[in-house]
Amino acid sequence: MSVVQIKEVTKQFGPTTALQSIDLEIEEREFVSLIGPSGCGKSTLLRIIGDLIQPTSGTALVNGKAARQGRIDRDYGIVFQDAVLYDWRTVAKNIALPLELARWARKRRAAKVEEMVELVELGGFESHYPWQLSGGMQQRVAIARALSFDPALLLMDEPFGALDEMTRERLNIELLNIWEASGSTIVFVTHSIAEAVFLSTRVVVMSPRPGRIADVIPIDLPRPRSAVTREDPRFFELVTQVREALHLGHDTDRKAAAPA
Amino acid sequence: MARLVGRRLRDWVPALVVLVGSIALLEGVIRAFNVQAFLIPRPSAIATTFWDMRSSLWAAGWFTFQEALGGFVLGSGFAILVALFFARFRILGSAFMPYAIAANAIPIIAFAPITNSWFSPLDKSSKISIVAVLCFFPVMVNTLRGLTSVNPRALELMESYAAGQIEIFRRVRIPTALPFIFTGLKVATVLAMIGAVVGEYFGGALNALGVQILTRARVAQFQEAWAGILLACLLGIALYLAVVALERLTLRWVPSTFE
Repeated sequence: MSVVQIKEVTKQFGPTTALQSIDLEIEEREFVSLIGPSGCGKSTLLRIIGDLIQPTSGTALVNGKAARQGRIDRDYGIVFQDAVLYDWRTVAKNIALPLELARWARKRRAAKVEEMVELVELGGFESHYPWQLSGGMQQRVAIARALSFDPALLLMDEPFGALDEMTRERLNIELLNIWEASGSTIVFVTHSIAEAVFLSTRVVVMSPRPGRIADVIPIDLPRPRSAVTREDPRFFELVTQVREALHLGHDTDRKAAAPA
Repeated sequence: MARLVGRRLRDWVPALVVLVGSIALLEGVIRAFNVQAFLIPRPSAIATTFWDMRSSLWAAGWFTFQEALGGFVLGSGFAILVALFFARFRILGSAFMPYAIAANAIPIIAFAPITNSWFSPLDKSSKISIVAVLCFFPVMVNTLRGLTSVNPRALELMESYAAGQIEIFRRVRIPTALPFIFTGLKVATVLAMIGAVVGEYFGGALNALGVQILTRARVAQFQEAWAGILLACLLGIALYLAVVALERLTLRWVPSTFE
């Protein structure tokens, strides 16, 4: 069964068509990136899957249920560009928040938090407050929190967009390890072509005005992926393929990119 | 910890030097130019009088402090409840907020003679009510601002957990609002002592601090009047510091309270 099924989804914001007739199916254990220029509706699509925004028409199903039921059943975890940690909670308590809301018993909660801290390699920082952590560490806490209740689906909205290149590349590898260890399905919004190709099983290229899917590119790079993957000729081929799909979708004059 | 205390002490040294220096300067100027006591008595004379009158002063101070504290707790508590209500039901908030902000700008202390006529002027409740009204507005306005200045992502996150309104208030809005609430409370402590003492100027029990200051000044007992003013200042500062201490205890996650 597909984890995410988007059928004929259209979203209007007033006179603007943010998304037009989107169809997309995401299978279990897939890692799908949504990529496109600003205004292509990739974040909107992510929020429709999470039932944080309702589509104007069409349906979004999560685990075969309406997205709303999926949200109520806590079928997904979400991570934003800024970590959105609660400043008054320590690392451990931030990770425990969704478990508190799900009314887990204290002991079970503590055990799970320990496991998650281990997973994102933040051992020793449990009782630190968010302001005491670097941007990369904060984002790891946000990921641990999103995965703490074992959701089938992880939604990520440009989670590494605010980080420096070095940190981003390291976290990309860590995210792949976490993905393989947790067995979850990931939908990942980004505007970095290299990041999308490096991480994904499939890259969904979107184009703006109105937002629609321009192309879907399967990524057949071998796993496990590592720093070496980024130097693989196949990696560059795929990056080029995604870039061309982006430009075609964008209707830009490609001669503009030629040297003057 | 010891190092922290040591550093704190060092931080206080410049302020202490200013305090001792200005008292000494005042003392010297008054002696040198033979300034009359009705203008300003010597600090040493005020201190001596303060010490000699300590038991009667303390009784009066305690009486007035109870009014200030009672009004502060009542007004601030009600303000926080009203702000929670306005934050939950925005339509009410937008209907009442313009008036609350306007009321915050008017000199509420001008109503003190009126509350004296609502209750007996000798009764504490007349002062408690004016203090409560004084404290209400800054606390309410600040609390509401805090409750509504939540990062929209933080709310989206709570929504993704299918959290209800009560959970959102308890776990996100109220913790976010706490620093704002304390800002309001600190303003309110200052207003509380002013309200109680000035309220008593318009009539109050004989053993109230404001009444004591007023009658002593009328019969030219300036050192006694100043001793009363000194106590009012000390009580105001004590109330303020109590709120600051509570703030430090509550907001332990805020970087500045760690140093």
